[in-house]
Amino acid sequence: MLQALQLCCQRGHRRILEQVELALEPGEVLVVLGTNGAGKSTLLATLTGELVPCAGQVLLDQRPLASWSAQERARRMAVLPQSSVLAFAFQVEEVVAMGRMPHASGQRRDAEILREAMAAADVSHLAARSYLSLSGGERQRVHLARVLAQVWDSAEQGCLLLDEPTASLDLAHQHLTLQQAREMAARGLAVLVVLHDLNLAARYADRLLLLHEGRVCAQGSPWEVLQVERLEEVFKVPVRVQPHPLHDCPLVLS
Amino acid sequence: MPVPAVKRTILLSLGLLLLLAIVLSLALGPVSIPFTDAISALLRPITGWPVAADTQLIVEHIRLPRTLMGILIGATLALTGAAMQGLFRNPLADPALIGVSSGAALGAAMVIVLGGVWLAALPAALTPYTQAAGAFAGALLTTWLVYRLGSSAQGVSMASMLLAGVAIAALSAAVVGLLTYIADDAMLRALTFWNLGSLGAASYDRVGMLVLCCGLVWWRLPRQARALNALLLGESEARHLGVEVERVKRELVLLTALGVGAAVAAAGLIGFVGLVVPHLVRLMLGPDHRQLLPACMLLGAALLLLADVAARLLVAPAELPLGILTALLGAPFFIALLMRMQRRGGM
Repeated sequence: MLQALQLCCQRGHRRILEQVELALEPGEVLVVLGTNGAGKSTLLATLTGELVPCAGQVLLDQRPLASWSAQERARRMAVLPQSSVLAFAFQVEEVVAMGRMPHASGQRRDAEILREAMAAADVSHLAARSYLSLSGGERQRVHLARVLAQVWDSAEQGCLLLDEPTASLDLAHQHLTLQQAREMAARGLAVLVVLHDLNLAARYADRLLLLHEGRVCAQGSPWEVLQVERLEEVFKVPVRVQPHPLHDCPLVLS
Repeated sequence: MPVPAVKRTILLSLGLLLLLAIVLSLALGPVSIPFTDAISALLRPITGWPVAADTQLIVEHIRLPRTLMGILIGATLALTGAAMQGLFRNPLADPALIGVSSGAALGAAMVIVLGGVWLAALPAALTPYTQAAGAFAGALLTTWLVYRLGSSAQGVSMASMLLAGVAIAALSAAVVGLLTYIADDAMLRALTFWNLGSLGAASYDRVGMLVLCCGLVWWRLPRQARALNALLLGESEARHLGVEVERVKRELVLLTALGVGAAVAAAGLIGFVGLVVPHLVRLMLGPDHRQLLPACMLLGAALLLLADVAARLLVAPAELPLGILTALLGAPFFIALLMRMQRRGGM
């Protein structure tokens, strides 16, 4: 679905990404991990076409990303940013409705999708509120609903990229958000999530990709990637990894 | 989502307000004309109703071009103001505040004073166009400059945007001052007129120029309503929603410069319309540009006509420069907005 081939990126003279390879498949949740400055945001920006790589390329459906028209691409790919600058008093429902902008699915279908996407992100009760009256976490969920609405009908055709979607959320909504990411994957979408919390990643990801100093340092199942020596080398903190007492995944203690 | 009935009612009321303002603008002034006579005089070419000759003369040759100019300029300033606020993602952007109008006035002033030698050969009917071209060039340059100075990855900073406006206004005031120094009497009158802003010099030549320039703006700009909505989320977000951001931005900057340039060339500096009108409309209709833009055009035209009527009546038989009146009303409004924004961190 979404492929990165030998990506290299530079900002000024500094190499941010070096020879990054990844392939995001329909139906899976891939979580990208790494320290601050490891190149996660640059990777995301390159995958979404915001940033042009200085070498290598990004393919969406085997076609170079740059050859897609903006609208065509928006029908297939939705991106949730870390934070938004919206400073105008839109109603929550209007913000979510912008997710349907690239589509021409008609008012009836759009209204259904809006309702479902808002329920999925737990913002239905805020529908008529002004966006500016919301808390940071509520705003983040409104944008989640917006990007869910954007690829709600895309199934195997769509991909969803979330940049630290849990950053300003309470515990329940962190899980709800990643649960939604899993559900979108279950409907066939390819989902990529950038996360900082290793344990959330271990619990919800099919595959992990660990970036370190701009290179892919490990890629594979949570058990394969989350190994003590590797984590201590990358994060410079002593850790222990043990089976999660409640779920079938590793638990990282630090 | 379909347009709710409330919003349609508001749009309709704004339309009626504009009609009322048109009638007032035709009827009121140093010579008051009964409303019915004003309407009859306006419709005489179609209906053939009998109208007193002097009434017909005043309406046809003085009040009607002035009213048409008020409509064209008011709607265009409000429309471009709303577009700039969307483009800058900042509810305080206004063509006059951020220096676009000053740049336009500077461009026009340079054409008046320095262009005199070369342009004297051109027929008089083209004068509005050469001045508009100068104003357009000045407006374009300043819009581009302010955008470059004020924007960063995080969006557009209000502080740098307003500072850029201050700098450009100071620069153009200095250059206009310099031009004043070398200008002759006729040029001086034209320059003063520019700095004060007035519909007093209305003529059908200017109306023609405005119809061409503003018509293009009215036709193209509202088509970007959805893109402007998406731009409010941020440039990357707009791109992810399928907006060709660079192309849209270019078009918005060009159309704004064209609209403001034409307005300034025809009537000088009329500030705060582009700030106050979109703000009032947002309070009534919300920030969705699909309703905001048409509503701004209606309210902008109506308010400018009403302000012009007030400018004619307050010190009759003399008249107050319109730009001074809008600044007197608009500046306190702007300060109130600024204070409210500081308290709440958003509009």
